[in-house]
Amino acid sequence: MEILVASAVGVLTAAGVYLILRLRAFPVILGISFLSYAVNVFLFSTGRIAVNMPPVLQPYGDASYTDPLPQALVLTAIVISFGMTAVLVMVALGAFLESADDKIDMTDDHDTTTQPAEQSE
Amino acid sequence: MDSALLPIMAILPFLGALVPGLMIRAGRNACATFTAVPTILALVFLGLMAPAVFRGEVVQAQIEWLPALGLSASFFLDGLGLLFAAMILGVGLLIILYARFYLSGDDPMGQFYTYLLLFQGAMLGIVVSDNILLLLIFWELTSLSSFLLIGYWKHLPEGRQGARMALTVTGAGGLAMIGGMLILGNIVGSYNLTDILAAGDLIKASDWYMPALILILLGAFTKSAQFPFHFWLPHAMAAPTPVSAYLHSATMVKAGVFLMARMWPALAGTDAWFYIVASVGLITMVIGALIALFKDDLKALLAFSTVSHLGLLTMLLGFGTPMAAIAAVFHIINHLTFKAALFMTAGIVDHEAHTRDIKRLGGLAKLMPVTALIGTVAALSMAGIPLFNGFLSKEMMLEEASHTYWLGNDWIVPGLATFGALLSVAYSLRFIFHVFGGPVREDYPHKPHDPPVGMWASPALLVVLVVVIGVLPWVAEPMVMLAAGAVTGGDLPDVHLKLWHGITPALFMSIIAVAGGAVLLAMHRPLDRLWIASPRPEAKAIFDAFVAACVTATRRFTDATHNGAISRYLAIFAASTVLLGYLAWRGGGMAPATREILPVPPVLAVGWFLLICATAYVVVMHRHRFRALVLISIVGLAISTGFVYMSAPDLALTQITVETVTILLLLLALHFLPKHSPDESGMGKRMLDGAIALCAGGGVAALTFAFLTRDFSTISDYHLANSYKGGGGTNVVNVILVDFRGYDTFGEIIVLGIAGLTIYALMEALLNGPASRRLRNMDFSQDRSRDRHPLMMVIATRVMMPIAVVVAIFIFLRGHNQPGGGFVAGLVASIALLMQYMASGFAWTQNRQRIEYHSMIGSGVVIAGLTGMGAWLAGKPFLTSAFGYVHLPPIEEFELATAMLFDLGVFLCVLGAVMLMLYSLSRIARYAGETVNVEPMDYDPSQAILGDDDTTPDAKEER
Repeated sequence: MEILVASAVGVLTAAGVYLILRLRAFPVILGISFLSYAVNVFLFSTGRIAVNMPPVLQPYGDASYTDPLPQALVLTAIVISFGMTAVLVMVALGAFLESADDKIDMTDDHDTTTQPAEQSE
Repeated sequence: MDSALLPIMAILPFLGALVPGLMIRAGRNACATFTAVPTILALVFLGLMAPAVFRGEVVQAQIEWLPALGLSASFFLDGLGLLFAAMILGVGLLIILYARFYLSGDDPMGQFYTYLLLFQGAMLGIVVSDNILLLLIFWELTSLSSFLLIGYWKHLPEGRQGARMALTVTGAGGLAMIGGMLILGNIVGSYNLTDILAAGDLIKASDWYMPALILILLGAFTKSAQFPFHFWLPHAMAAPTPVSAYLHSATMVKAGVFLMARMWPALAGTDAWFYIVASVGLITMVIGALIALFKDDLKALLAFSTVSHLGLLTMLLGFGTPMAAIAAVFHIINHLTFKAALFMTAGIVDHEAHTRDIKRLGGLAKLMPVTALIGTVAALSMAGIPLFNGFLSKEMMLEEASHTYWLGNDWIVPGLATFGALLSVAYSLRFIFHVFGGPVREDYPHKPHDPPVGMWASPALLVVLVVVIGVLPWVAEPMVMLAAGAVTGGDLPDVHLKLWHGITPALFMSIIAVAGGAVLLAMHRPLDRLWIASPRPEAKAIFDAFVAACVTATRRFTDATHNGAISRYLAIFAASTVLLGYLAWRGGGMAPATREILPVPPVLAVGWFLLICATAYVVVMHRHRFRALVLISIVGLAISTGFVYMSAPDLALTQITVETVTILLLLLALHFLPKHSPDESGMGKRMLDGAIALCAGGGVAALTFAFLTRDFSTISDYHLANSYKGGGGTNVVNVILVDFRGYDTFGEIIVLGIAGLTIYALMEALLNGPASRRLRNMDFSQDRSRDRHPLMMVIATRVMMPIAVVVAIFIFLRGHNQPGGGFVAGLVASIALLMQYMASGFAWTQNRQRIEYHSMIGSGVVIAGLTGMGAWLAGKPFLTSAFGYVHLPPIEEFELATAMLFDLGVFLCVLGAVMLMLYSLSRIARYAGETVNVEPMDYDPSQAILGDDDTTPDAKEER
C-alpha cells in the first residue's frame, strides 16, 4: 500500500509542478491545488500508514493508535491552503479584469508603470 | 566603578528627541529651551562622573542584551570618552542656542531639534560604547541622522544631493567597518572594547590584522573625510550652518579620528599603520589646505580647512608616538573651539549680508565689529599665530613632524607639514582680510550689522576659550593628559603644555609658514587666476558618474534576472529544488527499510486508479477549464476516501468539506474568467516543463516511499497519554488543535480571517478601479441558463438547510471526543448557507440573514483569544484548557470544557471567512450587471397562471 501512497504523492506533485509552469492564471491555480494535495498527503504520511487505528481513545482495552500529530497539523493546513487558494483566485480575477487577459508573465507592453493592475495586487 | 548614570546619560538625547516635536506648539523659545534640557541634564551627569575619571578610574555599566551574540549594551567612560562626550554635549548646547536665532520662521524648528538630538545621542553612544557591536549601531545612526540634518532644507537640490553623497560615502565606509570590527571580535573572541584594547599584541600578530586594519580604516577615513574620500564634506555644506558647525567641526567628522584614537592600543604601532594612516593624513592635510585657499564660498573654505585639519589629526595618530597622541588630543580640543566659532561666524555673515561669497564681501569690520572680532581671533588661531591655542598644537605637530622619517627620508614629512601649515596661514589670513578687512562696500545684497546677542554668544564663548588656552595652556593640561593617556593606554612622557619651547626646529618651521602664508595671500589674485585656468578633477561629477554607472549596471542585472516572467521563476525554483534534494540525498546514506509493506485492498486500488486518471486527465485537458475543474474534485474525493481508510477521520471530514467549498469558489471565479486557455507554449517548453515536473514528482515519490518503509520516533505518545487526562477529550487530533497546539490554531484562524478580509478588500479595490468598467460591459447573455434558480433545487436546499445546520452543531459538539470539531462544523455550516445562495440567489438569501461576516470573523478571533486569556485568571499559561462533567437530568452526563469555547471561536472564524469570500465574489457578479432576483425561483408554479405567457422571468428581476 505504501507504493500507492508514494506514487499518488509523486503524481500529484508532478501534475502540480507542470500546471504551475503554464502561462495562464487558471491552470496555475489548479497546479497550486494539486501541490496542496500532494503536500498535505506527504505531511500526513510522515505519521506512517496505519489502518483501523484512528487516534480516538477507546474506553476499553489497550488499543493502538496512529500518530495524531501530523493529522492535526495537516487539518489546519487544509483549511489554510483553502484560504490561500481563495486569495489567489481573487488576485487572478482582479488581474484579469484589469488587464483583459490572465497571463501570468509580464510582457513588454505590460509595463508596471502603465498597468494599474499591478498596483492593486 | 559601576554607575547607572552612564546609560541614562547615553539614552537622554534619544528621549529628548521626542521633546521638540511636542514643545514646538508652545513656541520657538519654549522649544529651544526644552530641547536644551536633556543636553544640560546629560552634561550634569557627565560632570558627576568626571571626578572619578580624573582619579584614573573607568566608569562602567553593563546591560545584557543578546548575550548569545556577544551583544550587550555596555558602556564605559574613560579619559578619551569624557573629552569627546564633553565636546559633543557642550558644543551641542551652544548649537541649540545658536540655531534658535539662525533658523528663519519658515524652517520647521521642531524637526531640526529632533534630528539634532538624535544625532547627539548617536555621537554620544559612539564615544561611550564598550561593545563594538553597539558602537557600530551608533556609528550607523550618526550616518543616518546626519543625512537628515544635511538634507534638512528639503527644497534645495544641493542639500538633497549633498545628503545623499554623505550618506553613500559614510554608509559605505560604515559597512567596511562592520566587516573589520567583526574580524577583530573574532580574533580576540570578545566584542568588548576593553578586551580588544587589552589584546593589541594578539591582534597585531594575527594573519587577519591587515584586512581588519584596512576595513576599519576605510570606515574612519570616510567618516573623517580623508583623501580620497574628502569630497563629500564640502557638499555637505549645503546644510544649515548650525549643522555644519556641529557635525563638520566638532563631532561627526571627528568620529573617524576618535575611532583611530580609540583603536590605537589595538591597531597602532606597526609599519602598516604608520604608512597608511600618516601618509593619508599628510596628503589630506596638504590637498585640503590647497583647495581651501582658492574657495570663494566661506563655508567651502572652512570645509576644506576642516578636511586639512582632520588630515593633520590623522597624521599625528599615524605617527604612533605618545607625544604625537598628546598633540592630536590637544589639537582636537583647539580645532573644535576655533572651527566651530568660525562656522558660526560664517553663518552670521551669511545671515546678515545674505551672501557668503568672499569676492562680494569685505570691509565688514566696520559694520559688524563684534562678529569681526570673533572671526579674527578664531581665524588667527586657525593660522597658528602665538597667543592663540591653534599655535600651541601646531607647534607640537611640527615638532613631531620634524623628526619623522618616511621610507628613510628625513625631509618629506617636515617639508610637507610646513607647506600645509603655510597654506593654512594663507587661507586663514584670507578669511580675515577679504571678509572683514578692506573698505566698506556699497553692493552687499543686504546691509549687514551685528546680530542679536543670542546669535554671537556661542561663538564668543568659544573664542574666549581660544584665548584662555592660548595664553594659559596649563588650564587644558589635565584634560589633554587624561585623554592622551586613554589613547595610548597608559605610559606618557612627562611633558607640559607651554607657550615657549625655546629655539626648536618647529619654531623655524612656524616662522617660515607665517611668512610664506602672508606672501601667498599677497599673490592671491594671480594665483587664483592660475588655479581657475588649470584643469582639476571635479569630485561631484566623478561621483555622479560612478553612481549612474552603478544604477545602469544594477538595472541591467535586474532586467536580465527579474524579467517579470513568473513561469520562468517557478521553473528555476522547481528545478533547483529538485537539484538540491538530489544533492542532499547524494550526501547522506540510507538506512535499510524496516517496515513491512501493507497489503493493498481492491477498493483502495480503485480509488488510487481514479485519482491517477483524474490527475492525468486534468493535466492533458487543462485548457478546457470547466472540465478540469470538475475532474479535480475527483482527486479531492479520492484523497478524502484515502484518509478514511488510513485512520484519519478528522482529515477526511475536513478534506471533503474544504473540497466542496473550493470547487464552488473556483466555479464562481471561472464565471468571469475565460473558459479556455489558449494553446501558447510550444513543444519545447512543454517537454522541458514535463521533464522538470517528472523529476520533481519522481523525487517526492521516492522520498515518500523511503520514509514510509522506515520506522520513526514520535512525540505523540505524550499527546495520546495526556489527551484525556489533561485535555478532557478522547479525540486526540481535536485536543491537539484546541489545547496542546492551541497557539498554532489561534494563529491559523487569524490567518484565515485575514485571507477573508483580504479578499473583501481586493474586491472593494477592484470595484473602484478601472476593472469596474470592464465588468459593466461584460456580456453574460451567451452562457446563461434560462432557469437559474430551479424549483427542485430551491425546495431541496430548504429542506436540507435545517438538517445541515443540525449536522454542523452535532459535529461541533462531538468534536472534542469523536471526529469533528470547529473547523469541520464551520465548513459544513457554510456549505449549508452556500447551498441557499446557489439555489435561491444571492440577494434573496442576503436579505434573510442579518449577521455581518466581518464581525463574525472578529468575534471568532476574540472569543478564541479571550478563552485563552481566561487561563491567566487561573494562573495557567495562555490557552490552558479546563473541563468538568455535568449531570443534568434527563440527559446523560456530559462534559463542559473551555476548549469548546475556543472551538466556537474557530467555528465562527471559519464560517465568517468562507462566507465573506463568497460574498465578495457575488458582489462582483452584481456589479457586472447580473440581474438580481427578488423571488426565490425563476418560475414559481404557485404564482404562475396557466396559459399566461406574459409573465417572463425578467419582469420579476430588477437591476
